[in-house]
Amino acid sequence: MSPLLDVENLRVTFPTRQGEFEAVRGVSFTLGKERLGIVGESGSGKSLTGRAILRLIRKPGRVEADKMELNGRDLLSMNKKQMQGVRGQEISMVMQDPKFSLNPVMTIANQIMEIYRFHTGASKKSAYAKGIEMLEAVSIRDPERVMKSYPHEMSGGMGQRIMIAMMLVTEPKILIADEPTSALDVSVQTQVMSIIDRLVRDRGMGLIFISHDLNLVSSFCDRVLIMYAGRVVEVLDAGKLHDAKHPYTRGLLGSLPRIDDPKTRLEVLQRDAKWREAPSVSGRI
Amino acid sequence: MMETDMPKQTLREWLLTDTPTSRRHARYAAAYSGWLTLRANTMAMVGLGILLLLLIIAALADLLSPMDPFVQNLGGRLQPIGTDGHILGTDSLGRDLLSRVIYGSRITLYIVALVALIAPIVGLLVGTVAGYTGGIVDAVLMRITDIFLAFPRLVLALAFVAALGAGIENAVLAISLTAWPPYARIARAETLTIRNSDYIAAIKLQGAGALRIITKHIWPLCISSLIVRVTLDMAGVILAAAGLGFLGLGAQPPSPEWGAMISEGRKFILDHWWVATVPGLAIFTVSLGFNLLGDGLRDVLDPKEGGHS
Amino acid sequence: MSNIHIENLNVWFGEHEERVDAVKGATFDVPSGASFGLVGESGSGKSTILRAMVGLVPTWSGNMSVGELELGKKRPKAFYKDVQMVFQDPYASLHPRHSVDQMLGETLSLHGFKDIDNRIMQLLDDVGLGPAFRFRYPHQLSGGQRQRVAIARALAPKPTVILLDEPTSALDVSVQAEVLNLLADLREEHKLTYLMVSHNLAVVAHMCDATAVMKNGEIVEVMTVEDMRAMKPKHPYTKHLLDSSFGYRPDAEQSA
Repeated sequence: MSPLLDVENLRVTFPTRQGEFEAVRGVSFTLGKERLGIVGESGSGKSLTGRAILRLIRKPGRVEADKMELNGRDLLSMNKKQMQGVRGQEISMVMQDPKFSLNPVMTIANQIMEIYRFHTGASKKSAYAKGIEMLEAVSIRDPERVMKSYPHEMSGGMGQRIMIAMMLVTEPKILIADEPTSALDVSVQTQVMSIIDRLVRDRGMGLIFISHDLNLVSSFCDRVLIMYAGRVVEVLDAGKLHDAKHPYTRGLLGSLPRIDDPKTRLEVLQRDAKWREAPSVSGRI
Repeated sequence: MMETDMPKQTLREWLLTDTPTSRRHARYAAAYSGWLTLRANTMAMVGLGILLLLLIIAALADLLSPMDPFVQNLGGRLQPIGTDGHILGTDSLGRDLLSRVIYGSRITLYIVALVALIAPIVGLLVGTVAGYTGGIVDAVLMRITDIFLAFPRLVLALAFVAALGAGIENAVLAISLTAWPPYARIARAETLTIRNSDYIAAIKLQGAGALRIITKHIWPLCISSLIVRVTLDMAGVILAAAGLGFLGLGAQPPSPEWGAMISEGRKFILDHWWVATVPGLAIFTVSLGFNLLGDGLRDVLDPKEGGHS
Repeated sequence: MSNIHIENLNVWFGEHEERVDAVKGATFDVPSGASFGLVGESGSGKSTILRAMVGLVPTWSGNMSVGELELGKKRPKAFYKDVQMVFQDPYASLHPRHSVDQMLGETLSLHGFKDIDNRIMQLLDDVGLGPAFRFRYPHQLSGGQRQRVAIARALAPKPTVILLDEPTSALDVSVQAEVLNLLADLREEHKLTYLMVSHNLAVVAHMCDATAVMKNGEIVEVMTVEDMRAMKPKHPYTKHLLDSSFGYRPDAEQSA
């Protein structure tokens, strides 16, 4: 089976005063109908990788790759218009904080319907019905009331669920979720995760889940790429997180305090300059 | 080009370091990095160039101007541009326009400098005190500000000048008095956001008083956006001064103030267009210079507009 | 050395119809030299307790005391010498235009220290930053380094009590480990009392001897770290928090 998304040797470069800065350096992976996690600390290039797929890197940043194909179609050679057709319709993205992703002066209904109608050209009525259906799908109890309200009337967890509903209303094949729960409280976090989980499973979508939370990702995803300094240092099957070999992954695990495993001191990650230089591990199947 | 010049190379490195070794070093490095951002902005550099030129012209007016700006020559009045000995022509009294424009730059700089000193400082004081103290002090200070804002600027300046008497100093005073309220507004708005930030809370926890917090912690952050605003407003100040001069309430003849010069040239505008146009172009160029520089400074000084991440 | 005593503390924002009660009848004690946690989700009022203690929120009622000092409307200067606070976001708690040197120097001079140069070097050394960091500005520091500077600032007046408001929640996990280790070392070395606010139960379990669990402004349970490790919560909300802190488990979704 051919993968939904095939990325080979992806590089994101920014010019700076001190010369070119490569924030993502040769990342390769494929995504099938699975949940792929990308884990890394800030500055590891994980978010840029997600954005680069949708070509959302602002100038003067550059995206280059040997191959970046969506169902066999080259994403890099697409023009603006084709790219807009891909964004939202075939690949959707959920960002960290719903506060900044929802338009504060439009009702939820208008925002969901606008997206749906933009991509499908459906009538207002069917767009409204679709919106209600999607809000129900993300476990919102009173979808009619929510449709009429404005984003500021929603809590963080509600906002994020609305965001997910909005991103999935066009039934994309791939969802990129960039830290979708880190602005949320832990209890709400679980709810949002289970909603994403169910939707991805039911609809046979591919999910790229970007996060800094190693435990969360490994308990949620099928495969995990661990990124460090713009490269993939290790690819793991999620259940086998604790068999990780790379010292960086092991160091990250060791530095987490655990309720069930008390330690007097936390392990401190000793960074090795060699990790930075080692070639990127491929996540292609 | 850098490789050939070793000492310069090391100076550049010294300035670009991330690990300054002394207070002075840190300050220079910060200034240099700001300068680099400004330098990358071509339009800002054009603006800066215009203003530096103005400064040089004003400083060397005695050397640069071909003639005495006050010497009349009624035989050679209203000579067109390009006349022998009068490159920009002469005015209705036969005075050399080039010399008058050159000397006029001194007056313009004088006005700009004084207004730039008075108005933002008054505005900063009023705005930060009102914003930080809040309550009744805030209400009183801001209502006073509102009263000043309620009048059209030039009309208010006219009233002041009419009351104080015509003349350049009074014009400057009048313009300053009408220019400070917007600065107070900006300073207050900035103060309101800064005052609730964690770093102000942190210094409060060291037992710092209001005076120290306002002067040492809030001012440095307000000043940058004020500088930008002042630079952008300077074009308006020059125009207001010229407007007062034009109406005969600013600089008095025979002073070569640009606004007054346009006013004189107005009578001949149809047949002898250059008499009004030459000082008009001078005003236009300097205003443009300030506007361009102001835009560039905004990129350097205002972190909200510039960076995103 | 000072113990913290909080009794029936209420904190509110706004007046009349707009009044929001952020903390309702909170009572707890922190013995001198202990480390006590306040856990809860956003809006539970945990940070508000700290802000009321240091006088950043003036609208409160109840009894608060630190050591011998009963807290009233105004804090005497000696209070700030004794009680210091580290804020959550190191990107917001350092003045953007002040270098590390200015920041520490000003703090020291406000508390009347002489010999400021040496104290600054000592403080930087204490928090594991070398002298190379002395003249840097916040934008030249990483998140972890910023938080170390903020800790150095809190240590400057030689306090006995440090209030920690989510000191690591804005940091990467590997940096979090370094900062938590540093805080533990400093507590040992300077015999400090910690009152630490966090939403992360694992962090609190690591750092504190006991913790209060807060929900909607009320303390629902005070539990020792042993009870937490044994997963023996008394209140269902605590259980829910504990469950949620173990990553994602599809089988746990029904409880939500």
